[in-house]
Amino acid sequence: MKEEIIIAGFGGQGVLSMGKILAYSGLMQGQEVSWMPSYGPEQRGGTANVTVILSDERISSPVLNSYDTAIVLNQPSLERFENKVKPGGTLIFDGNGFHKFPTRTDINIYRIDATEYAYANDAAKTMNMIILGGLLKVRPIVQVENVLKGLKKSLPERHHHLIPMNEKAIQIGMRLIKKVN
Amino acid sequence: MNDSEKHNMEEVRLMKGNEAVAHAAIRCGCDGYFGYPITPQSEIMETLMEQEPWNTTGMVVLQAESETSSINMVYGAAGCGKKAMTSSSSPGISLMQEGISYLAGAELPCVIVNVMRGGPGLGTIQPSQADYYQTVKGGGHGDYKMITLAPASVQEMADHTVLAFDLAFKYRVTAMVLADGVIGQMMEKVVLPPFKPRWTENEIRQISPWATLGKPATREPNIINSLRLEASDMEELNLRLQGRYREIENNEVLFEEFSVKDAEYVIVAFGTTARVCQKAVEMARAEGIKAGLLRPITLYPFPTVEISNLANKIKGMLTVEMSAGQMVDDVRLAVNGRIPVEFFGRMGGIVPSPDEVLHALKTKIIHR
Amino acid sequence: MTTNDIINPANLVYAKTKVMNDVPMHYCPGCSHGVVHKIIAEIIEEMDMQEKTIGIAPVGCAVFAYKYLDIDWQQAAHGRAPALATAVKRLLPDRLVFTYQGDGDLAAIGTAETIHAANRGENIAIIFINNGIYGMTGGQMAPTTLEGMKSSTSPNGRTVPLNGHPLDITKLLAQLKGTCYVTRQSVHTIAAVRKAKKAIQKAFENSMDNKGTSVVEIVSTCNAGWKMTPEAANDWMVENMFPAYPLGDLKDL
Repeated sequence: MKEEIIIAGFGGQGVLSMGKILAYSGLMQGQEVSWMPSYGPEQRGGTANVTVILSDERISSPVLNSYDTAIVLNQPSLERFENKVKPGGTLIFDGNGFHKFPTRTDINIYRIDATEYAYANDAAKTMNMIILGGLLKVRPIVQVENVLKGLKKSLPERHHHLIPMNEKAIQIGMRLIKKVN
Repeated sequence: MNDSEKHNMEEVRLMKGNEAVAHAAIRCGCDGYFGYPITPQSEIMETLMEQEPWNTTGMVVLQAESETSSINMVYGAAGCGKKAMTSSSSPGISLMQEGISYLAGAELPCVIVNVMRGGPGLGTIQPSQADYYQTVKGGGHGDYKMITLAPASVQEMADHTVLAFDLAFKYRVTAMVLADGVIGQMMEKVVLPPFKPRWTENEIRQISPWATLGKPATREPNIINSLRLEASDMEELNLRLQGRYREIENNEVLFEEFSVKDAEYVIVAFGTTARVCQKAVEMARAEGIKAGLLRPITLYPFPTVEISNLANKIKGMLTVEMSAGQMVDDVRLAVNGRIPVEFFGRMGGIVPSPDEVLHALKTKIIHR
Repeated sequence: MTTNDIINPANLVYAKTKVMNDVPMHYCPGCSHGVVHKIIAEIIEEMDMQEKTIGIAPVGCAVFAYKYLDIDWQQAAHGRAPALATAVKRLLPDRLVFTYQGDGDLAAIGTAETIHAANRGENIAIIFINNGIYGMTGGQMAPTTLEGMKSSTSPNGRTVPLNGHPLDITKLLAQLKGTCYVTRQSVHTIAAVRKAKKAIQKAFENSMDNKGTSVVEIVSTCNAGWKMTPEAANDWMVENMFPAYPLGDLKDL
């Protein structure tokens, strides 16, 4: 099994940490993982993206030009990455603030209105976990149990009490995601 | 989970290449790190400061006022026979060249990590490999060489930090870990090296009898110095250094091959680019093209003999770098005109993609 | 009375310290360096620190300091002695670590290293020879060259519009919180030599007591560079250098 994922959005949307949680989850189920962020000033308020690869075998290139799954959280990221999803692959977008929507017909497109939900329910901090839940519903590449183990591993102990809240967010995401094509 | 499983789980960690350097340095008994922040490698000093190794191993970590000062602090520490290191990225390494030349002239062992970014000038913070010439051809003045290790993974960032210290002290030279922004910034699985205690002063006196630890009545003063006003003395030092470099060239070449056995075409690439090229080779093989990859792990000493031998068996070579083509010179010297050697690269912080590499292999070598 | 009767420990009134090597110095006759070397060597012997001292030599006339004192030395790149000393002292905190630097080394090319080492309060002693000229390279202008003073790169005298003001770096260093002892001395008379020796001893003791950075400036002559006899150079220093660089303690905590 090998899954090549790009997650892209604005800085502050939790793009890099969502990628990190995925990578830790892969680690927990004994897979090879790589997490390659865009770095530098891009992180601060501009666009941020991260390439995450989970694989049963040694990973060659950590930098890719096409992806099995793209998660795009803003308009520029959709424009940049829609065409880079492999045919038959998956595109997930959060529709908040979008005025142009994905058009490809050879890939599976899903919408998850996590931003809207998070603001309505005062859950902005777990917005990225809602999206991760959506991803795991349509692409069950890691088990939720391993995500929670990964969280435990990556979070400092003083934050471990937040894990149940994150688990709840994953469940919400699984309910929110909808196929749109 | 039993205890040994738990232990094994704890040993495999997920971290950035830069973080792996910091942890490996603490664990291999490094005595002192001196540095100045610059993207994309600042996590090295940040991690060290977070770890506070002065409370555990006694390692000194100091943020200097400049890269000039950092490299001279390394000189001072290395002169005491201590395991000293610094790290920076391309513009900062340029600023260190004076000190690097002095370290060579004074025959001091030390480790420098360069997480390369695009240049020239202030350039970009994005990854690059355009410091190859500066590193292996001598960026500072005078005839000197640095052992150069080119990690291609987070694991190698840790392993090469340890290896660099071993080689530096084996030959009394600078060993550079030449990484790029991708390797520094990406997270991968890593198993950190085991803890080694720092050397005691008595051990240092055994290992490095030239170290300036204070002069006991029983010996002549130790003087760390690169000044030789007499030309004949200076030539003698140069001859000694050159002798040591030949020894390094004979003993320390490291490289890795991928799908080379039956290959008709071989890509030569190092660091991140080698990872991209491995993917390109996988894609080529899927199309029935007999492609392979040779990845130099040491850039100095360069795997000249291995590339030369390969040239007798294959039809063409493609060198891929994140530069305008620097290592390709050394590949061409090794091949010496026997088969075509072409170059493909991206510059200014752009990482070539696997399909670009495959396209270059087809157009520049296979269907030339 | 035979010669051997005279060479008798009971008759000994003065002996060269064993920390001074028995080699001819390259310094010009009349130069202040030799005197400062000797008093440093004497202090190291008197403090019984020969086995625990690491000196950092500069680039400049004192580049060969390592030939004259029988201790471990590191020779630094131009201006970088305080960076070397920082690392040496931090890794060997129970050693006596001092730098020996001229005005070009300390106050021009190495200004950043000097100020930052002093500002961090590194537990080192900085011995600063200020003769207002680059002796080794043949008498060029230094940062401390006085206004109107001639050098090979200010042949008609230093002018402020062209060259800026003489840099009183010692005064600047005294203002830094990391320095514990900053003093300006000279070695042109026996009395001055005695005072300078006391100052350097205090600086060395501060280094061992981890009190912070000590700076001892020695206002010095360069009779060869100044193109004067040694005696005239001493007089010129008293008349011209001392008003610009007045002797005495600037700071003593």
